[in-house]
Amino acid sequence: MTTYDVESGDQVHPGQPVTVDRYTAGARLNHWITAISLVLLALSGLALFTPSLYFLTGLFGGGQWTRTIHPWIGVVLFVSFFGLFVRFWRANLWKAEDGTWMARLRDVIGGHEENLPEVGKYNAGQKVVFWAMSILILVLIVSGFAIWDQYFAQYTTIDQKRWAVLIHAMAAVTIICVWIVHVYAAIWVRGTIGAMTKGQVTGGWAWRHHRKWLRELVSKK
Amino acid sequence: MANFEFVLPPAPTKDIKVGLGDGDLVKRSASTVSPPAKALTPVAKLIDVSKCIGCKACEVACLEWNDKRTPVGVNVGSYDFPPDLTPDMFTVMKFTEWVNPETKNLEWLIRKDGCMHCEDPGCLKACPAPGAIVQYSNGIVDFDHDKCIGCGYCVKGCPFNIPRISEVDHKAYKCTLCSDRVAVGQGPACAHACPTHAIVFGTKDEMKKHADDRIKDLKSRGFANAGLYDPPGVGGTHVMYVLHHADQPQIYANLPKDPRISPIVELWKGMTKYAGLAAMGAFAVIGLVHHVVTGANRVSPEDEANAEKLTGDRR
Amino acid sequence: MTNSWTDIKNTDLVVIMGGNAAEAHPCGFKWVTEAKANRGAKLIVVDPRFTRSASVADYYAPIRQGTDIAFLLGVINYCMANDKVQWDYVKAFTNAPYIVKEGFTYKDGLFTGYDEARRDYNRSTWDYELGDDGYVKSDLNHPRSVWSLLKQHVSVYTPEMVERICGTPKDKFLKVAQMISECSTPTKTMTSMYALGWTQHSKGSQNIRAMAMLQLILGNIGVRGGGMNALRGHSNIQGLTDLGLMSNLIPGYLTIPTEKETTFDQYMSTRGFKPLLPNQMSYWQNYKKFFVSFLKSIWGDAATAENGFAYDYLPKLDVPSYDVLRIFELMHEGKVNGYFCQGFNPLLSFPNRKKLTAALSKLKFLVIMDPLQTETARFWQNHGEYNDVNSASIQTEVIELPSTCFAEDEGSLTNSGRWLQWHWAGGTPPGEAKHDTWIMAQIFLRLKALYEKEGGAFAEPLVKLDWRYKDPGEPTPEELAKEMNGSAIADVPDPNDPTKLVLQKGKQLVSFAALRDDGTTACGCWIYSGCFNEAGNNMARRSTADPDGTGAYLNWSWSWPVNRRILYNRASADINGKPWDDSRKLLWWDGAKWTGYDVPDIAPTAKPGEVGPFIMNPEGSARLFTRGMMRDGPFPAHYEPFEAPIANVLAPKVRGNPVARVFKGDMEQFGDAKEFPYAATSYRLTEHFHFWTKHSQLNASMQPEFFVEISEQLAKEKNITNGGWVRVWSKRGSVKAKAVVTKRIQPLICDGKAVHVVGIPLHWGFMGETKKGFGPNSLTPYVGDANIETPEYKAFLVDIEPIASGPVA
Repeated sequence: MTTYDVESGDQVHPGQPVTVDRYTAGARLNHWITAISLVLLALSGLALFTPSLYFLTGLFGGGQWTRTIHPWIGVVLFVSFFGLFVRFWRANLWKAEDGTWMARLRDVIGGHEENLPEVGKYNAGQKVVFWAMSILILVLIVSGFAIWDQYFAQYTTIDQKRWAVLIHAMAAVTIICVWIVHVYAAIWVRGTIGAMTKGQVTGGWAWRHHRKWLRELVSKK
Repeated sequence: MANFEFVLPPAPTKDIKVGLGDGDLVKRSASTVSPPAKALTPVAKLIDVSKCIGCKACEVACLEWNDKRTPVGVNVGSYDFPPDLTPDMFTVMKFTEWVNPETKNLEWLIRKDGCMHCEDPGCLKACPAPGAIVQYSNGIVDFDHDKCIGCGYCVKGCPFNIPRISEVDHKAYKCTLCSDRVAVGQGPACAHACPTHAIVFGTKDEMKKHADDRIKDLKSRGFANAGLYDPPGVGGTHVMYVLHHADQPQIYANLPKDPRISPIVELWKGMTKYAGLAAMGAFAVIGLVHHVVTGANRVSPEDEANAEKLTGDRR
Repeated sequence: MTNSWTDIKNTDLVVIMGGNAAEAHPCGFKWVTEAKANRGAKLIVVDPRFTRSASVADYYAPIRQGTDIAFLLGVINYCMANDKVQWDYVKAFTNAPYIVKEGFTYKDGLFTGYDEARRDYNRSTWDYELGDDGYVKSDLNHPRSVWSLLKQHVSVYTPEMVERICGTPKDKFLKVAQMISECSTPTKTMTSMYALGWTQHSKGSQNIRAMAMLQLILGNIGVRGGGMNALRGHSNIQGLTDLGLMSNLIPGYLTIPTEKETTFDQYMSTRGFKPLLPNQMSYWQNYKKFFVSFLKSIWGDAATAENGFAYDYLPKLDVPSYDVLRIFELMHEGKVNGYFCQGFNPLLSFPNRKKLTAALSKLKFLVIMDPLQTETARFWQNHGEYNDVNSASIQTEVIELPSTCFAEDEGSLTNSGRWLQWHWAGGTPPGEAKHDTWIMAQIFLRLKALYEKEGGAFAEPLVKLDWRYKDPGEPTPEELAKEMNGSAIADVPDPNDPTKLVLQKGKQLVSFAALRDDGTTACGCWIYSGCFNEAGNNMARRSTADPDGTGAYLNWSWSWPVNRRILYNRASADINGKPWDDSRKLLWWDGAKWTGYDVPDIAPTAKPGEVGPFIMNPEGSARLFTRGMMRDGPFPAHYEPFEAPIANVLAPKVRGNPVARVFKGDMEQFGDAKEFPYAATSYRLTEHFHFWTKHSQLNASMQPEFFVEISEQLAKEKNITNGGWVRVWSKRGSVKAKAVVTKRIQPLICDGKAVHVVGIPLHWGFMGETKKGFGPNSLTPYVGDANIETPEYKAFLVDIEPIASGPVA
């Protein structure tokens, strides 16, 4: 059994119920900075994306402020997400069971986890979200710089900017969709949110959803 | 004095309005407007490149009327000062030394660059701020700086590379076709200052008629391809050129041959917007439906027991 | 201008040569575009550079600067050889048939009577042969007729010779000649628009004469859409010459007496202007009326018949003129103590700046009257390379008197078309600035008080000056204008009916026709008489009425003389008084008198056929042969500039204009083609107005920095990059500039040799809003036109090299 499924700080506490440390305070802080940035980016971005949501600029102090701070939040998100990436990338590497898991997506959606292979700290769905986020954020930051006219207007041609703004919009839509999946999954799978608030899940949660990870932790102990 | 006294609409005989009003709008960025009760006559500025002597009186008149100044720069090996449009410089002369391959003669092509006031304005299409870019029923495309957020989308929307974003107040600037002057029955400052009447202003119909006369004259002088530049790709423009070589507008400092709003911009402001909103909505809805149908995925007591057993075994 | 700006719209062909109207006169140029748009007129531009005018021309031909005479005589030759002559006009209205004195010749580039030591001609043979009756002899076919002599004179200027001298390719020259020659029909006219491109040569006057002769041969003088139209470079430079600010003139083109003319009678004896043909009107016969009335306007009651109308008070010239070149030469020699510089920036306006700086440094005092901080006012101040002087060594005291600009003044400006247009002040002068009239009056009053108190040598001319203004401290523009117009000093009864008065004391004169030589009238400038008469201020008229759209606008402002818009307009009709062109009628004989759209330039009842149209000449004809009126020849002849890239191919031994005045030491400062291989010229740019507008931010931003223009070929040869720095130097100085490498300048092949042109615009100095720079006058030679001393700015020699960086300020 490889060990990269386990991240530093992951730990099992026997008891009734068993509790498992899933995310350190640092990881949680990092996640929430990223999360807040992403939400703010989505709101400010959507405000400029479609006239029907332009009213959202009110949240940021008007259009000029929205235009000004959106790219800066983007920078925060990028840096912050980079931290998450460093923390999480190993555990998100694709494994053999992930293919099986994906192939049984019907059971995933139906909640029939008994038909699924045991998975490590992250299941294939989470890995897809992770890698989608990683790639999309990279696309967004690059295309974002190309249209951050206040500082970088002179580095691209107008035609490049046109491509950039289109790609930025498409990537943003995609990342919002991924984000919806991510949030919904956290809500649907009860007991998950605690991982990112308290940093802990119950042993049952780990048993049910990430049994391989739990076994690993237990065996390590 | 000859044939340059065109009728300027609207004639300010009484009830002079100090500006075109909301009631005159036919297009408004990021919004919909109901068509005006009484549409104004479409106007146009006609720039006869064959009559232009490149004196830059239009540039200075523009700076003066708009109370702008442009810095004293350096010579970079040409007559173009400033070399390009800036947030303070709504119009510049572009000088091109072109050797006519047919006659082998040099032609010094001098084109006054500035906003073309497209019938189908790409800037307006791209603008996300409601009302920051408007089009009046006389065809003038104007920026409302109180509403402009400085995003630069208009720059991407424009097929002529016209709007410039100010580094001072982060707002987009371009020629207004002197909408403030036109509103009170005057022509644009540049046309007023042009000593050779290379720039004339009037109703679009009159301007086209005048252009016909000019083109006839140019053809009689051997410019077989003289013609009017009123590109259909953007629905026609309210600033038009008479060109001696209308078949190759690109020789006039890259005046686009067949300008249209970039398909990328069309995709961005069209499909992407609608499909994107639909996709995001769909994901949210699917999630909701899924939750209703399957219910929450809860951890069972057996799961907890199994976990305890697993950890207990090890204990 | 013989015609007016507005008349240009009537032409069929515009020839811009010796000027760049679109660049330097963009507002007036609109009448060219009117002619093109409404009449289908064609525009020809002949210039060393492809100018802004050329950019809208129908045909452009290059020419080497300083060779215009060869080109124009070539066109005359073409017209004569191809019978493109308006014969009826030439025979009736010019001196073509007159017989020239025996002994007149032209050989090896020189006319009869040349004295090399004096650099001058004995002009006695340059005249008509008079019959025993005192009238000129006339026979067109006589071998010594003006026509025969002219034909012989121009025969050398073949298209091949034109190409050899001017560098204009033969086909291009022929195309231009052919287009011009078409205007020899009575129904086609050509207008000549020229400016400093012709005047700023050592033979500038002859450049203009050559075109005037061509226009006469084509029958284009006095007609609508024709004429010789000098485009004036300042809004009021026409007014300057009209009012006698030339150093050898008094107002109205009367001449300042020489020191040999010691008495009034002696002065008048050479100004009789006896007609050279029977019945001919010779208008200068009224000279005495103009002159006496002028003296009366200056000295009033102190000018009496007994004292020759105070003739003694007038300064007398000991040299032909005290032109600016001579004054600066004298200054340079240390012979001038004080220099009063009013509205003038000679440090940038006159040639050989090094010499000017040295000259100004020798003054005791320099007074500057100007609305702007001129370079001349700061000639003593070190501005690094831009004005590299040692301030400590200059002892000249500089006094600056801030004055006002046109927009802060009321008064009239005389435009190129001789229109006196009244204008009103648009603002009040800033700071301590005062109107020029106030400054002049205050200086006068103080000087007068000093003379009255302390006396002095020959005080009378000053203390007796007639100075009757409401406020002696500041005469108003209206008072001065009325004085120019003239008024009656005494009641003059009608000789036929003593109960009536011809003139009533104190009333304004209706026009110069009312002037008298007995001291009963006063008039400051006879040609301006009529501008402000009892009908009021005619210069302030603003009617745009223009019956039949002739472009005359007789009720818009007022034009000298007597509101006439086209000079010599009698010549617009044939010998019988019938207009040459019915579609462009101007004036015609209705059986009893002259009538039409303009004020007739002839006595209204002078019968056609009896009186020639050119009444300012005693023969009534226009002169293809100018008699002894010009110092450098009765016909123009090709002379190279003093600094020329090739020798004079017609007369290799003649350098420059053989009679142009060259001061001692200046000849040695002329460079030759071996040392300075490139032909330079100087010019204005449309973005600026001389040296004024560099003080305006708007203008400065439109054309910010000094540059020189060169061809791509020269740039390649010398390894010069577009927009890079270059050094340009002549024998007299050196400047550093940005290089503008352009297709608009092409090398010319002259006498088998490639001649590269270097274009050097003026406008830059070390004061104002533009980037600091230099003027071409750092480089130009100290020599002027042989007749009127306009400096040779348009043709000189330089060398050029790329440099790494610009000057150090």
